[in-house]
Amino acid sequence: MKERTVLEARNINKFFYNPVKTQVLKDITFEVNRGEFVSIMGKSGCGKSTLLYILSTMDTSYEGNLLIDGQPVTGQSHTFLSRIRNEKIGFVFQFHYLLAEFSVLENVMIPGLKLGIVDRKELEYKAMEKLRIFGMEDHALKKANQLSGGQKQRVAIARALINDPLIIMGDEPSGNLDKKNSDIVFEIFQELALSYRQTLLIVTHDPEFAAGTDRIIEMEDGRIISS
Amino acid sequence: MKYGLLLEIAWKLMLARFKQTLIAAVGVTFSITMFVALLGFMNGLNLMLDSLVLNRTPHIRFYNEIKPNPNQPIDRSETYSSFNNTIRSIKPNNSRRSIYNSAAMIETLQQDERVMGVAPKVSAQVFYNVGNIDITGSINGIDVDAENELFTFSDYVTAGNSTDLKNTNNGIILGKGAADRMLAQIGDVIQATSAQGNTVQLKVVGYYQSGLSELDNVQSYTSLETAQKIVGEPASFITDIQVKLNSLDLAPSMAVEYADLFGIKADDIQTVNAQFETGTEIRNLISYAVGITLLIVSGFGIYNILNMMIYEKMDTIAILKATGFSGRDVNLIFTLIALIIGTVGGTIGLVLGYLAGLGIDRLPFETEALPTIKTFPVDFNPRYYIIGGVFSLLTTYMAGYFPAKKASGVDPVEIIRGK
Repeated sequence: MKERTVLEARNINKFFYNPVKTQVLKDITFEVNRGEFVSIMGKSGCGKSTLLYILSTMDTSYEGNLLIDGQPVTGQSHTFLSRIRNEKIGFVFQFHYLLAEFSVLENVMIPGLKLGIVDRKELEYKAMEKLRIFGMEDHALKKANQLSGGQKQRVAIARALINDPLIIMGDEPSGNLDKKNSDIVFEIFQELALSYRQTLLIVTHDPEFAAGTDRIIEMEDGRIISS
Repeated sequence: MKYGLLLEIAWKLMLARFKQTLIAAVGVTFSITMFVALLGFMNGLNLMLDSLVLNRTPHIRFYNEIKPNPNQPIDRSETYSSFNNTIRSIKPNNSRRSIYNSAAMIETLQQDERVMGVAPKVSAQVFYNVGNIDITGSINGIDVDAENELFTFSDYVTAGNSTDLKNTNNGIILGKGAADRMLAQIGDVIQATSAQGNTVQLKVVGYYQSGLSELDNVQSYTSLETAQKIVGEPASFITDIQVKLNSLDLAPSMAVEYADLFGIKADDIQTVNAQFETGTEIRNLISYAVGITLLIVSGFGIYNILNMMIYEKMDTIAILKATGFSGRDVNLIFTLIALIIGTVGGTIGLVLGYLAGLGIDRLPFETEALPTIKTFPVDFNPRYYIIGGVFSLLTTYMAGYFPAKKASGVDPVEIIRGK
């Protein structure tokens, strides 16, 4: 049986107008199914990050159609998109973006508190569980800026998982890390894909990283050349 | 919506920039303190200056005006009713100064529930005989109890006791200026001659000082009976009926109403003292303007701090938006920060302003002209506190509005890609 489609992009085109009109994405069409671990590869400047931000619903100025979980999201209101991001998408960026004012545990909990489906106590338990997956439970009460780079990125991944998202999107999540830490991050992703059947869509320029994923989408000059 | 979460985030952001937040709040506190203290002080002075005149002035005064009779015999003649009648050189007739049927009028007025109280008065022109010269003066025969109750008469009796007017036969409370000119001590007996030619011996039982020296130079007070004796009239002789109302604003309409009913002249306080209202209004306007300027200045402080915070916290805003906070949520977070600064700063400001008012209220302020005032007057009208509180929230909200709007418009992609 075919797996459910989680993310579907249909003929996505994107232009930059500054300083001159340039097309950065050309007719991007692809699907991501549930449980897949997909990587988007390409040289820098090929439009892969731009594509990811469109897929993440944060960038809304594009042509074409985008469906998340079978639901069209193109042209929807910002409030609706915020809700989609909160509920269905987990983010890991190159930079960790943890809030320095909050503890590690609170950082993980914030998207969950925003969603507001479970109460605070339950959420705290859930957040601890996520931290435990990455061996970060001992650091739960530290402030975010007391952690090392690799630890921060693990907390950021735990934060992405808090609402049990449909898909995790990563923009060079290991780009800022040394070899050892980037291996750890990769292992985490692989484990998420294998044992939790978590759908993952990761942008990377590291061929070694991409080689370990289920499917590689290769991009060049704003086009998908192989997937 | 999870306002609790937004509040928590706002709170944490503020604590991270505690010093700047504190300075912004101190700005609000300072301006609210000044606003409340300034208005309280200003209005305290206003009320005192106004009361100097207004307390002593009846809201409506009834008296017989000396004027020619408007109904001349020729007008009544049927023969000449269709003619234009011109009579030159009409003189006021020898009309009575006393109010006719005054007892019934006083009773009618006292039964009107708009009326707080009624005080009858006999005014008489006299000469004080000092050695071989005469000093002009005017004597007011008053009902001491009514006068004390309605016009705080005893406050202006600086020496002696106002009730001695009742208890002492032929007692007089001399205006301070008049007493100084006559070198009359309390207990001395002075001699006065009325316009009718009666000479009476009066015993000085006190001094009267209103703060208006031209009044103090001529005005003196005796009991109703003594004044009636001076002018040689019976006990029903009353020249003025002074009325104090529960509401000052009713005076003009009631003056007209009763003037028609009684058929005598009635003056209301607004007509007599129009300039006081104007002065009060302008002084109020100035103090409001100063207070509001202070608040607006502190609003700029808050605006600056929020703007700085937003530049510093671009990453935070970006990630909040990336993880599902809408522009409205981010807007609310920064608006909340502004309102928290406003509320905390404003509340402390109101308390400090009250304390400042209490402090000013204790400062000694003694002047010859104002015998009843010992310290600076301060008005603790809750209105200023309400206005101050509302304005502190309003200005901080306005100060937070534009930064918050800017924060809500932050494009997370731009921030995240820029790294």
